[in-house]
Amino acid sequence: MENKLFDIESNALVAKDTYRMTLRCEGFRKMSPGQFVDVALDGRFLRRPISVCDSEDGTLVLVYKVVGEGTRQMSEMAPGGKLDILVDLGHGFTTGSCTSAALLLGGGVGVAPLYLLAKELIAQGKKVTVVLGFNMASEIVLLDEFKALGADVYVATMDGSAGTKGFVTDVVKEYQPEFDFYYTCGPKPMEKAVYASIPGDGELSLEERMGCGTGICYGCTCQTELGPKRICKDGPVFKKEEIKW
Amino acid sequence: MVKNRLSTTLAGVVFNNPVVPASGTFGFGLEMQDVYDLNVLGGISLKGTTGEARFGNPTPRIAECPDGMINSVGLQNPGIDVLVGEKVPSLRKVYDGVIIANISGFSIDEYVACCAKADACEEIDIIEVNVSCPNVHNGGMAFGTSAESAAAVTAAVKKVTTKPVFIKLSPNVTDIVSIAKACEYAGADGITLVNTMLGMRINIKTRRPVIANKMGGFSGHAIFPVALRMVYQVAHACSIPVMGCGGVSCAEEVVEMMMAGAAAVQVGAENLRNPMVCKEIVENLPEVMDRLGIDELKDIIGIVE
Repeated sequence: MENKLFDIESNALVAKDTYRMTLRCEGFRKMSPGQFVDVALDGRFLRRPISVCDSEDGTLVLVYKVVGEGTRQMSEMAPGGKLDILVDLGHGFTTGSCTSAALLLGGGVGVAPLYLLAKELIAQGKKVTVVLGFNMASEIVLLDEFKALGADVYVATMDGSAGTKGFVTDVVKEYQPEFDFYYTCGPKPMEKAVYASIPGDGELSLEERMGCGTGICYGCTCQTELGPKRICKDGPVFKKEEIKW
Repeated sequence: MVKNRLSTTLAGVVFNNPVVPASGTFGFGLEMQDVYDLNVLGGISLKGTTGEARFGNPTPRIAECPDGMINSVGLQNPGIDVLVGEKVPSLRKVYDGVIIANISGFSIDEYVACCAKADACEEIDIIEVNVSCPNVHNGGMAFGTSAESAAAVTAAVKKVTTKPVFIKLSPNVTDIVSIAKACEYAGADGITLVNTMLGMRINIKTRRPVIANKMGGFSGHAIFPVALRMVYQVAHACSIPVMGCGGVSCAEEVVEMMMAGAAAVQVGAENLRNPMVCKEIVENLPEVMDRLGIDELKDIIGIVE
């Protein structure tokens, strides 16, 4: 964990209620896929935990959804502004768990952390299939970016306005992509469905309302097969076999 | 020998400085050892511990408020045996300052059993007895909200330990002074106050409480004036030392708390949004003291009449 002051380079609406913010900070070291940052906002007591969509040394990309007053405030910040951010938080995805072909399943803004994951898996020479699930076509985000990485990309929408009508699990049933390990991030009902219906080993990124983001307050604890775990510090990514719904 | 301007002594225990992360906002200390050198801290009050391991309350456990937050963690902890057998010895390997074990319980027997085990742990310097956690049904709250039961816990734990015992009091009472005095009379070596204030938030879209357990403990900068007032009242009514706690976020507020009567100052919720805050406060204190014409911090304890 490190506290850094970033410059906002861009901050733009990229889908319904969804923004992409690019930040720069000298000395910031690239983070791992599945990790998150905690953003301080003026006038808000707690920081906002946001998963990392992409990062290089010096650069951080966040794709986030406006879900409340804090994220609305963030969406109104102009390029040139500064953001106080705790970086290098949480335990991310294990790219080494996939041998040769990965299946990435994302729901809503939960697709964001899968981008850096796909990038790293592809860089390791692995085949990546991505299934992106949204409520409707206007919410679709990062589709072109995943394609540009060279991943096989499928889309599911609840209302059928794009791709397969239904859930990400329906896409898997329909196209039966080959994979030896899966990774997922999205709303809890989606993750439960993935957990129940997708065979084989995998990792799931969990979400909870957090206090500190650094593991000291025990506000975001979940029960696992290995006992109570803090989602912010021991997670947010957990192995499938650890999960206890 | 160079004089330490920040040093303070409570119940015979010397603190290099008055800054102590409050229980529940700093884990077991070890969580923060990679963030900064813990030895900058005067003391560390460890996460509240009970006789047996507890999962705590369901989530969501956290709700944001203007200038503060509500938590309803519900005393999640690994139990006293893990505290004294693993957590404290590991912390002592990297930390030379004052280690404060925070003990909670659902019965006087549980407080006594935990304090006896803490007494046997040589690395623990002070036992802080939480009689004020508002999160547990029929638990801590009941003991801290009456002078009789707070005194009963105090007297019972004092029989099983020779370490200094600080009773951590709840602000959710009508007369904090009478409870503090009852604890002093029952043998307490000091008082920590305040714990969180019982609070609540509602999500007006879903028409449900934000916190799964409905209510929780409100803390953060917003409670500073209330905490300061209670520290002032208790410090002037009792002759045992007070650790002030509640809404402290900067070196100036540490000075203010000490002027009200605190001999040491705990920093709580602020650690959650600024994990560096305790270190920053310790580093800023000398400059703030210079500006205010304070030679040694111990000179200003309770200076406000």
